[in-house]
Amino acid sequence: MTYTQLAMLGVVVVVLLDLVVVRTRLLRRRVFWTAYAIIAFFQLVTNGILTGLRIVRYDGAAIVGSSTPVDAPPPFLGDGRIAYAPVEDLLFGFALVVLTLVLWVRLGRGGVQRTPYAGPPRVRFPGAAEDPRG
Amino acid sequence: MSRFAYVGVLAFVVIGTGWLEVALRTRVYARWRRLLAALVPVVVLFCLWDLYAIAAGHWTFDPERTTGVLLPGGLPLDEVLFFVVVPVAAVLTLEAVRSVKRWEVGDEPAGSCVDGVRVDDEDGA
Repeated sequence: MTYTQLAMLGVVVVVLLDLVVVRTRLLRRRVFWTAYAIIAFFQLVTNGILTGLRIVRYDGAAIVGSSTPVDAPPPFLGDGRIAYAPVEDLLFGFALVVLTLVLWVRLGRGGVQRTPYAGPPRVRFPGAAEDPRG
Repeated sequence: MSRFAYVGVLAFVVIGTGWLEVALRTRVYARWRRLLAALVPVVVLFCLWDLYAIAAGHWTFDPERTTGVLLPGGLPLDEVLFFVVVPVAAVLTLEAVRSVKRWEVGDEPAGSCVDGVRVDDEDGA
């Protein structure tokens, strides 16, 4: 299979895992999408370094775009690239993150160190929820 | 120094998320048994994916800018560390959002959330 096919398969598997098999339903929660937006931004930055500097190089036959050239960086945008990285990396990262969080939440639900919950913040944070204790 | 380019990026991720454990009391490292149990299947599965991709030639690594420590199958140590560092960062981010917003995550007992927000007064304090 190509990287494109595997990455799409990975996304399908973790979506089914979350919504149907384990039923953590993270993909239906704002806490997940807020966290994922932050993660995806930093993925673009860090993965942009790894791929833009050609620390990791891709075979054009395995991805939508063409091979990472040996002597020059891949395009920042276009030819199947977003911030130097193949678009497939976004799917790969999504599968990695969702699988991890499904397992983390499932373990907590099953009683493995469910508490202490995260919070409250030590620092005042913009948009913070009211403490129910007032 | 350039041998540490890849792990340098990973160090940036560890430092860039580590402060959340203190400032937002994410209690992710504090709950290391739960974290470890979540990590093991992720590391195994993604190392297998990586080994397949390496064998199929989907991607290659610059030997000048990775540690050069190769595990069986030509899997760079850098990649294994990636599959530890990035999932930990993801859990820290999720718990950071929970810390600030008290939004329902899915591991709370029935009745502790109203309209997707936790209303009990349980926390780590």
